[in-house]
Amino acid sequence: MSQFILHKENTRGHANHGWLNAHHSFSFANYYNPERMHFGVLRVLNDDLIAGGMGFGAHPHDNMEIITIPLAGAIAHKDSMGNSAVIKSGEIQVMSAGTGVSHSEFNANADEELNLLQIWLFPNQKNVTPRYDQRTLDVAARHNNFQQILSPNASDDNVWIHQDAWFSLGKFDAGFETEYKIKKARNGVYAFVISGEVTINGQVLSKRDGLGVWDTDAISFTANSADAEVLLMDVPMELN
Amino acid sequence: MQTTILYIGRDAEITVVMERLLNARPEWKGICVCTDEEAVALCEKQNLDLVLLGNGINAECEKVLRAKLTALQPGLKIIQHYGGGSGLLYGEIMSTLN
Repeated sequence: MSQFILHKENTRGHANHGWLNAHHSFSFANYYNPERMHFGVLRVLNDDLIAGGMGFGAHPHDNMEIITIPLAGAIAHKDSMGNSAVIKSGEIQVMSAGTGVSHSEFNANADEELNLLQIWLFPNQKNVTPRYDQRTLDVAARHNNFQQILSPNASDDNVWIHQDAWFSLGKFDAGFETEYKIKKARNGVYAFVISGEVTINGQVLSKRDGLGVWDTDAISFTANSADAEVLLMDVPMELN
Repeated sequence: MQTTILYIGRDAEITVVMERLLNARPEWKGICVCTDEEAVALCEKQNLDLVLLGNGINAECEKVLRAKLTALQPGLKIIQHYGGGSGLLYGEIMSTLN
């Protein structure tokens, strides 16, 4: 019997620092909700709006798989591994923090707001050598299709991480129905609605709602609106 | 009353940041070290409420460290700190102490 947890958009943690307007699906920084600590190995899902030219100065990370998906605008990234890059909407960035890495993240545009999703997963091994990657996604390939954008396999298209997790993005026409098969036994899937309205396993979800489903091997999906865009995060439910 | 928290991590830069973050809250007193020897020596002379294991501590070192620290202070809470910064810190500490 499948189980689920529903996180409505307006129940997320919220912090508005002026230059940064952040919504947290799980406990993060000063937002602490013991009922919202993680979904399996998915520990952080932040929906950040960053004002033009603003951002996070150099700061360290370790032992975490950090995935950044710009939804609008572009982010300028620099890190202690020597990477300096701009990641735009339609691209994905991944960083395995491992033994430790320092980086800065700024809105690359002075006059345009940046909206990004930043997602942290617990790694399946600690103290790996830090690594960085970014890829341009084929946005057309996600029309009425869950396009895989991340996996544990370096040989797959798009990015990989140190965790048995698969991410998929899809953008759907109204009325489109499909099923998503969970990639690995005992994984669950956390669906985050980027835009529009969808129904997953009978639950109607609106923009920025989240639904976690586990103890199942598939979920049913229907797009209820013409602009339905969803990120699926297929993750181990047991912490390593 | 302050909660005394020991952070152990191998990366000196992260250790400095952790010390700043922990001591930014008046209810916490943070002490940060990079070596297991420093951690054990500190545990011998000061009561601790919580130990955070940071980056670079391999499985064997962690096993030895846990054994030594809990021998000195039975019941001492020792958890893994993930992320190396402020993002998860408050949640980790609150979850453990509560």
